[in-house]
Amino acid sequence: MLRKCFIAVAIVAGTAQPLLAASGVNPEADRKAFVKYFTEKFPKLKLKDFVNGPYSMDEDLYKQWVAKEEFPPYEFTLEKGKKMLATPFKNGKTYADCFENKGVGIRQNYPKFDPKRGKVITLEVAVNECREANGEKPYNYKKGEMAAITAYMAYTSRGKPMSIKIPDDPRALAAYKKGEEFFYTRRGQFNFACSSCHVQMAGMHLRTEVLAPALGLMNALPVYRSKWGAVGTTSRRLTSCNSQVRATPLKPNDELYRDVEYFLSYMGNGLPISGPGARP
Amino acid sequence: MYEFSDAPNMARRTILKGAVAGGLAGLTGLGLSSFPFPAYAAADAKEWPADAFKQKSEADVLKALYGKTAEASDKISLDAPEIAENGAVVPIAVSSTLPNVTGIAILVLNNPNVLAAAYKIPAGTEALASNRLKMAKTSKVVAVMESNGKLYSASKQVKVTVGGCGG
Amino acid sequence: MASTIRIKAVASGDATTVQSLIRHPMDSGFVKDKKTGKPIPAHFIEVLNFEHGGKTVFTAFWGPAVSKDPYVKFKFKGGKKGDELKISWVDNKGQSDSLVAKIR
Repeated sequence: MLRKCFIAVAIVAGTAQPLLAASGVNPEADRKAFVKYFTEKFPKLKLKDFVNGPYSMDEDLYKQWVAKEEFPPYEFTLEKGKKMLATPFKNGKTYADCFENKGVGIRQNYPKFDPKRGKVITLEVAVNECREANGEKPYNYKKGEMAAITAYMAYTSRGKPMSIKIPDDPRALAAYKKGEEFFYTRRGQFNFACSSCHVQMAGMHLRTEVLAPALGLMNALPVYRSKWGAVGTTSRRLTSCNSQVRATPLKPNDELYRDVEYFLSYMGNGLPISGPGARP
Repeated sequence: MYEFSDAPNMARRTILKGAVAGGLAGLTGLGLSSFPFPAYAAADAKEWPADAFKQKSEADVLKALYGKTAEASDKISLDAPEIAENGAVVPIAVSSTLPNVTGIAILVLNNPNVLAAAYKIPAGTEALASNRLKMAKTSKVVAVMESNGKLYSASKQVKVTVGGCGG
Repeated sequence: MASTIRIKAVASGDATTVQSLIRHPMDSGFVKDKKTGKPIPAHFIEVLNFEHGGKTVFTAFWGPAVSKDPYVKFKFKGGKKGDELKISWVDNKGQSDSLVAKIR
């Protein structure tokens, strides 16, 4: 099965064009082209359905998901995250001192471009920067604690439209562009780009899984995977995706990963936050 | 021998509700020492049908649980996926229109231990149970209901691509 | 120490629908610890009991094939908003927990 996919992609290789509107950096035009591609490819889906990935594409999967969402398996992780967000640091300050609105209902604004440092700040990076600024050790980007707190923060934003801003700053546009290029560049032994699976083969089966369309992908993160039996962070998903195509993954909060998250999140602007998402 | 079905004995249980938790010794004089008696609201580990959970075949599970065999019934609704998204968490729901259901059992025939879960349904409780089970591999799932003292069953093949037992 | 039991019990008409989610590993005994290579010992809830108005309304007998953080849904006649529902469980290691929840 994987062999077949390999061959299919190789055939498609020559024709794999990024969904760009025109030359120069025009995120809004790119986004419109992105949305057009996916809504034409999946005419039966409503725009907001894209955030539920494979569950919107397969009836059998959808029913299993709905059954579990009645009382989701990640309920305990959410409780943990809520508690973590409210717990003060050793110095008496809390996350409320770093985040707008006490960190509640703000997930849809991340990643953000920080003009002071000229870098993209993801929600995970913002959490750790808050910790370090208050004398606490940063969380491991791939493990439970980061997953729990970002899952809860995402949950408080459920239903809100993704609202990524790309200011008219050449550095922000450059970060967006780098992220976009990363997304469309082939890598690893399998020579797959993110787009190979999530654009070209979106909706198709790869072994036992249905490949989620890239549109709305970030809206569902962090994600509870039945496979992990736990919630995993965005960093975990990006690094494992790279490992899966037999490419050496970057460090979890590497600038390139942040740029990819910036680009892909912008592509999902306007679509609702569904995090923490659940996936097979 | 553990007697799973106790619906006809409901009246006796109500009278004896005041007995001390775990104090089954005091009940032997009443000839009820083999009676499954949940003290107060406390879940009683002694009620657990250990023998049934060890069995490796449908027939042996039902014999251990109910002392009977089951006949197929189209009155049992077994809701399970065609292909489990992951064998670790498979949502399965069973219900039926059979009268006076007192027990429900769910079996996964290709699991290392066939009996996955069993439910006691007192009078006034519906013949319905939804749960999430582990499936080691593709298997027939069997839903059994005890109705008016007889056993009925329905089954469905569920495909599993990623096993739920740590595979 | 917070309870391991989470309940959603809703009365509608003359029946109450109960959903419960319990925080418990439900280790089957088949999974090997990735670090040591040894099987993680079986640790699962054996009996789960629900009582309303002094009467047991549902009892679950579970084995290791019930998923981690086990869930169950059932429905019983009676029960109205404000009534108490008593829930308790005991596992194969003799650990237990209980909760009194209100029907909504």
